[in-house]
Order: sequence, then structure tokens, then C-alpha cells
Amino acid sequence: MSGRLPWLLLAPALAGMAFLVLPLAGLLVRAPWSTLPARLAEPQVLEALRLSLVTATIATLVCLLLGVPLAWLLARTAFPGRRLLRALITVPLVLPPVVGGVALLLVLGRRGLVGQWLDATFGVSLPFTTAGVVIAEAFVAMPFLVISVEGALRTGDPRFEEAAATLGASRWTVFRRVTLPLIAPGVLAGAVLCWARALGEFGATITFAGNFPGTTQTMPLAVYLALETEPEAAVVLSLVLLAVSVIILAGLRERWVSRI
Amino acid sequence: MFMRLVRRAVTAPAVVVLVLGAAACGSTGSASPAGADGTAPSPAGDGTLTVFAAASLTGAFTELGRTFEAADPGTSVRFNFGSSATLAQQIVAGAPADVFAAASPATMKTVTDASLASSPAVFARNRLQIAVPADNPAGIDELGDLADAKVKVALCAAQVPCGAAAVKALQAAGLTVTPVTLEQDVKATLTKVTLGEVDAALVYATDVLASGGEVRGIDFPEADKAINDYPIAALTGAPAGSPARRFVDLVLSPQGEDVLTAAGFQVP
Repeated sequence: MSGRLPWLLLAPALAGMAFLVLPLAGLLVRAPWSTLPARLAEPQVLEALRLSLVTATIATLVCLLLGVPLAWLLARTAFPGRRLLRALITVPLVLPPVVGGVALLLVLGRRGLVGQWLDATFGVSLPFTTAGVVIAEAFVAMPFLVISVEGALRTGDPRFEEAAATLGASRWTVFRRVTLPLIAPGVLAGAVLCWARALGEFGATITFAGNFPGTTQTMPLAVYLALETEPEAAVVLSLVLLAVSVIILAGLRERWVSRI
Repeated sequence: MFMRLVRRAVTAPAVVVLVLGAAACGSTGSASPAGADGTAPSPAGDGTLTVFAAASLTGAFTELGRTFEAADPGTSVRFNFGSSATLAQQIVAGAPADVFAAASPATMKTVTDASLASSPAVFARNRLQIAVPADNPAGIDELGDLADAKVKVALCAAQVPCGAAAVKALQAAGLTVTPVTLEQDVKATLTKVTLGEVDAALVYATDVLASGGEVRGIDFPEADKAINDYPIAALTGAPAGSPARRFVDLVLSPQGEDVLTAAGFQVP
């Protein structure tokens, strides 16, 4: 196996790379670099960026707490209707996010199935709050985590778990001490995907949580509204979001992935 | 690591060929119908008239388009409805439009500034109303009620025409309203009322009418200070008597006025 790369792989690989990277180059070329520092200093931009990072991170934590056990259930237990359940879990991937937002309103809104009870019993109303942003982001991003973790569980060798079980470990101990360390890279990859999807979330957020600076206006929402009047500002805001996410993801990789 | 990946990957060239083959089939399969239905830019005079119009005109213009086609069977009218600001940017970027009807003079100006249209004419006016859910849970009956901190209000963002109008109307009334959300367009604002998530919103009278009774519209005097003008223009290069000019004439005609009035617009 000498070093010659097969062109049948190389050509589509390069085409694929160009397809993904060229739109980014378009943004970079059109960016009004001279006004960039002034735009970054605008309090509304920093506010939206802070809100985006905070909500995407909390949404990822929520997805980890709920999504890893869900993936475990799908991969390690047998029950009737499991295939249907797996298909249903991918619904947020297929659903246009705006429709997802409407669906969330119908369930958690002030007059929604669960929402009207929340409102009457606790006086809690989720739409138009920062918690609403987290819910919208988690709804759209969780399938990415579940699918990654389930994939990791299925390719993982179950004999380690069986060995632990024969040595007397309970199912919970096996999960905590054997399964989780084995699938850690898969969980991390899923969490990264999940975080990135939450960071870029637009449709479900603006539909379910609305758009108000400081409480629910995340960067993608700010970008969309800037596009209405100042396309140049929208380019700058997109670049800021992009740069921050690339820096954070690359930083994470250095720090964690190399250790695993 | 890289070489190991490459070595592993070459064991599956058959898969790659299959995928490429499928992709090629897919693209040729979809290419022919796309070309046939005329998505390519149409040169003037081939019988297709492309009208870019504000989303709020969807109902009225669809009807006028049918009237136009009935009177001129050789021409088919194609519409692109959307946010006026987005449409204006598409036209400036070279989208193949023959007529532009905008929801605000500012968005029309984007197109006239680029010398792509001249002398637009105002053909309709839209007036704000307070939209409340059909059962009006917060008991709203005038603009002043929106300033109550307990009332949840949705407004359009100031960047879009309905939001700019709302700011003007509230200023004229000397009111400070803290909305729970600034929506990206008027339809999204109305949806929040339809679903009962907010107690009130400021939207156009035409949108209340189009909602078919799901929301109630309440007129308020300060709306007179925030009337939105809708300008229309045939884009540069359309000669007199061309389909583009004739469509603009139809919109400005008494027949056009009737259709627009029925949709809730005021006509100048």
C-alpha cells in the first residue's frame, strides 16, 4: 500500500471540501473589515453573543443528562416498539425548526397541553423567557447527541459489561464504571455536535421563545434581523459567531480529545 | 492515522462508485423538470411575467394575477412573495423580476437607488390594528391598555415595516410599551396572537382580515400617524405596453382598487 491517493476518493473529497468551505470564503470576502471593531463593541452584539453561549451550553448539559440515558435505553435494552421510538427521536432532525417551535408552543405555551397546567399551578410561562430558548435549542439538538451516543454504544464491545456483571456489579455500576468510560469519545463528539446545533438554532427559538434583546435574542436571531436592514452588519455578526464557535471547538479538541 | 484511514477506505471503492452513480442519476433526473418549468431567468417577451411582491399582498395579488391571465392568455404571471427588504435585496443582486410591489417606500428606495426602477406609484395603504385573541382575555379596547405591565404584547421588530409603523404609532400616542417579543415579520407576530401566547399585538388590518376571525382587530386613532404606503414599479427596461406596465396599470385601475379594498387595504 504505497502513498498514491486514489483519485476516485480524492476528487469528490476536494469537491466536498470546496462545497462546504467556499460559502465561508464568500462571507470573508464580503465582510466590511473596517467597521468590524466598532460593531463588536456594540452592547447588543455582546449581549446576544453571551446569551447564545450560555443557552447553548445549558441546552447541551440538558441533552447530556437526558440524552445519554435515552441512547443507553435504545442500545442496551429490548422492548416492543423500540424501532418506532428511535424513528420518533429523529423527528426534530426532519421537522422544519419553525414547525418544531409551533409544536413546542402547542405543548408548553400558555394555552398548550402542559403549559396551561404549568401556568395555572406554578404561574410559570416558558415562551418569551431564556428558559424557553434553552428548551427550543435542546429540542432541536438532542437527536444529534442521542444518535452519536447510541452509535458508540452499539460499536462498543458488550463483553466488558458482561464481565463486570458476572463479577457482581449492578447494572448502574456497570453503566457508570464500564460503559460510560468506554463511550466517552462518542459522548464528547455528540455533545460537540449538539452544542454547535444549539448555537446556530434559529427557527424553533424565534417561534417558541420570541426575540427580545437580553432575554431571548441569540446571535442567529440578531443576524436574521440585521439582514433586513443592514446586510453588512449581518455578515459581521455571522463571522463573530463563527469565529467564537471555531475557537471554542478547536480549544476543546486540544484539551480533551487528545487525552482520550 | 491518516494513512490508516486511507487504507481502510480503499477497501470500499465499490461503495464510492455506487454513491457517485446514484448522485449523477439524481442530478440528471432532477435537472430536466427544473429547466422545463422555467426556473431559469426568462428574457422579456416569452410570455412569463415575474412579480416580486410583499407577503401581505399574497391574497390580493394572486387574484389580480388570475384576472391578468384571463385578459391576456398569452402571458402567465409568476409571483415571488416575501419580506419586502429581502425581495429588494434579491432584485439588486440580479433576480429576474419584472415588477416590484413593496410594503414600504424605504424598501422600494433600495431598488430605485440602484437605478433598477423609476417613478414608483403608491397603490395601497395599510393601517395598524390592535390584534387580540378572539376571547380577548386581557380585556383590551384601546392602545393605552398595551402599556399595562401585566399585558403581554408582541410587536414586529423595528427593522421590518410593521415594526417601524408600531414605533411611530406608539410615539404618536406618547406610550411606552415593553413587548415580550419583537417578531421577524407580521405573520409571526399574528401567530403569537392566534395561539394565545400574547394578549395583544400591533399588526396590519389586512392581516387581521386574512386570519378569518381567529383574532379580533381593534382600531385606534394613532394608527393614522403610522400609515404604511405600498409603492409599485415596473423594473427598468419594461417598455410602455409591455406585460410589466400592463400589470402595474391593472393594480392601479378601479378593478385593482376593488380587490385591494376587499383585502382590507385603503387605496389612495
